[in-house]
Amino acid sequence: MKRFIKKDGMHRRLEGWPLLFTILVTISILIGGIVEFLPLALVPSTVHKIESVEPFTPLELAGRDIYIREGCNNCHSQMVRPFRHELERYGEYGKPGETVYERPFLWGSKRTGPDLARVGGKYPHLWHVRHMEDPRSTSPNSIMPPYDWLLRKDATLSDLPTKLRTLKALGTPYSQDEIDNAVALAEAQAQEIADEVAAQGGPDGLADKEITALVAFLQRLGTDIQQAPDATTAEAASTKETEDALAAEGDAP
Amino acid sequence: MSTLSVSSSAARQERPSQVELFTYDEQIVRLFVLATIIWGFVGMLVGVIIALQLPFPEANLGEYLTFGRLRPLHTNAVIFAFAGNAIFAAIYYSTQRLCKARMYSDLMSRIHFWGWQAIIVSAAITLPLGMTTSKEYAELEWPIDIAITLVWLVFAFNFFATLRRRRERHMYVALWFYIATIITVAVLHVGNSLALPVSFMKSYPIYAGVQDALVQWWYGHNAVAFFLTTPFLGLMYYFLPKAANRPVFSYRLSIIHFWSLVFIYIWAGPHHLNYTALPEWATTLGMVFSVMLWMPSWGGMINGLFTLRGAWHKLRDSAVLKMFVVGITFYGMSTFEGPLLSVKSVNALSHYTDWTIGHVHSGALGWNGFMTFGMIYWLVPRLWRTRMWSDKMANTHFWIGTIGILLYVLAMYTSGITQGLMWRAFDEAGRLMYPDFMETVVQIKPMYWVRLIGGTLYLGGVILMMINVWKTIKTAPKRLPDPAFAVPKRASAPSDGEQEVATA
Ligand code: HEC
Ligand code: HEM
Ligand code: HEM
Repeated sequence: MKRFIKKDGMHRRLEGWPLLFTILVTISILIGGIVEFLPLALVPSTVHKIESVEPFTPLELAGRDIYIREGCNNCHSQMVRPFRHELERYGEYGKPGETVYERPFLWGSKRTGPDLARVGGKYPHLWHVRHMEDPRSTSPNSIMPPYDWLLRKDATLSDLPTKLRTLKALGTPYSQDEIDNAVALAEAQAQEIADEVAAQGGPDGLADKEITALVAFLQRLGTDIQQAPDATTAEAASTKETEDALAAEGDAP
Repeated sequence: MSTLSVSSSAARQERPSQVELFTYDEQIVRLFVLATIIWGFVGMLVGVIIALQLPFPEANLGEYLTFGRLRPLHTNAVIFAFAGNAIFAAIYYSTQRLCKARMYSDLMSRIHFWGWQAIIVSAAITLPLGMTTSKEYAELEWPIDIAITLVWLVFAFNFFATLRRRRERHMYVALWFYIATIITVAVLHVGNSLALPVSFMKSYPIYAGVQDALVQWWYGHNAVAFFLTTPFLGLMYYFLPKAANRPVFSYRLSIIHFWSLVFIYIWAGPHHLNYTALPEWATTLGMVFSVMLWMPSWGGMINGLFTLRGAWHKLRDSAVLKMFVVGITFYGMSTFEGPLLSVKSVNALSHYTDWTIGHVHSGALGWNGFMTFGMIYWLVPRLWRTRMWSDKMANTHFWIGTIGILLYVLAMYTSGITQGLMWRAFDEAGRLMYPDFMETVVQIKPMYWVRLIGGTLYLGGVILMMINVWKTIKTAPKRLPDPAFAVPKRASAPSDGEQEVATA
């Protein structure tokens, strides 16, 4: 070591060889990333499959892309941590197997607003419509921005076949049928939601609006896991850290 | 002026046939300095706007200017436009001098400069339009990502070709940090941006879920490490000894902390994903390496602060040194806080809260901001060959900036810890004490206002700097020829990098 760093030691020589220096730097910075990423990429068992988790429907996908466009992830997380207070507040904690169709992941890093990973089914469709139009109408004092234009702008559905095809190329198991009929599938689901909104006393004619796609996406969040209590508990048992975290939490005042 | 003394000593040994003449490209440095100031103002103005939008949602003005779209604009503008242009100014100024060579290609330097500004402008247009990948600090869509890659390659080629043509045998420590920056940013950017396009401004990443999260925070954390830390350490190693007229404290320390920093930083990414669906071994690895990072980080701080040994009295009259000292101190504080936040039990409280925001801005405003301002106040009179228009104004900038940072971070620590504690509080019956999320929001609103005041003060300091620099430039001579030097051919006297800066 001393030989290496002394005033005219080996490192001094190295300082005269930019190419070698650069190669050594490159090796140093590659090691950590490779060690951490390769197991996740190569070992399939690192992500437990959960049977009930399915790809997003075309309409939900359109809604998800609106969520991304509006940057909702800057205020909302979608990843419940395994602490008792988070389970009580939001519901089941996040499992790796749930995320396999998330491109990109939307876990977020900041909760200016509440976590949304389990918001599906928490409110009626109409609540979301009203809330997105003016958050302070449903949640007094809310600091969430209003998104009233979502109720006016037509949703773009024509690009859904391309989107599904791209995702399929990346590994999401959409069938050729779904890809070909993506627009029709989306329109049918949108009509259902819009009818329900109208039946709940909300505005008419939202079927082709962006808000409907967004609501479809929000209502989907967390619902896959609810259908599969077995998968959930089986995996929970295998995660020792989770148990520890929950235990520690339980003791805390 | 060190460079002049170098040239005159060279001139003394001069024999006509054995002399090489060369110049430094200073115009490119002037361009980057001006871009730093302008984008700094823009980026922080957007910061103040989003700081206002949080306690006062009425400030969300229509579709294109909501918080969700402006926040990425803020982060991209301050990181890549403000800090980015600042480190390019530092690199173009110091690399030429440390290599005793002009940049390899003026054209490449220009392509780098204008290409980078075009990228920033395209970010400023596309982000409010909602064209985003949603990945933090990597929001720009694929065509812009490709442009970034190309411009970065031009920059890298120009830099390494300059290294090849250097007239100084040994590379000074600042150059090591620049090398690490250029290589790693390229690897990170390409690795994290891999995606399949759907349309001109939309793509889906090749990674999904857990993998995407890991790659994103491998990138995200090391954007902090290799965009906001290593180049600024290089900046520190060059400009601080210059401004203090003292050699760097310890050559050995710089070797040790350089290599350990470069090696360890990469591992720390998973500390952004504690307790998420990422496998436990990965987050534990991230935590352990983050704690280890404390040492090499403080190695840099110590090397910086101790460089001022015996020169502390100079702080009194030098806004440059004052800024450097506060900057390095904040570097020390945020790199102490960072490892602390990585510890799982602390992260359980701090994650998702404003504590993170406090940590970010103690690094960003204190370290990146103040090192940049110090460099600008040191460079501007030299680049424009005149005196700073007002030293008093520079001092005022220092003080209101410092007060601004303190208000900002103290407000965020208070609100972050308040949030963290309220979210986890249970009452006697074992139910959530504050089940309604709005209760915490209402509780921390006052802190958002305090942060706004702090941020506005800080921005006020930047405005003072703009005025000061503007007035200074107006007093500059009309013609600013590139400084010219003559050195004996094959200048092979092995000069000591450390002393090069110190004694020159
Ligand atoms: C400035 C930060 C901010 C942004 C941006 C934001 N929200 Fe919110 N959101 C909040 C806050 C604060 C609340 C809690 C108060 C309320 O219900 O409005 C909230 C609540 C919610 C809720 C109700 C959650 C629950 O469990 O009660 C939903 C759903 C929601 N937001 C969706 C969205 C969507 C979709 C977007 C993007 C189009 C978005 N938010 C953008 C801050 C934000
Ligand atoms: C006038 C000065 C500034 C103000 C008022 C300001 C304000 C803000 C605000 C309000 C946020 C959003 C916080 C939230 O979501 O709760 C933010 C985020 C951020 N800012 Fe600033 N900022 C300023 C300067 C800077 C500078 C100079 C930098 C970097 C060099 C910076 C880097 C960031 C980063 C990286 C984030 C994202 C943090 C995260 O995701 O955790 N800011 N800023
Ligand atoms: C030893 C050095 C450091 C370590 C170990 C470290 C660690 C951390 C940790 C644990 C978080 C919180 C992650 C979370 O809970 O979401 C964080 C966030 C952050 N840090 Fe640091 N930090 C260090 C230094 C710095 C410095 C010097 C800067 C800036 C100049 C910085 C900028 C950031 C940013 C921008 C974030 C927010 C990321 C996001 O969520 O968007 N860090 N850091």
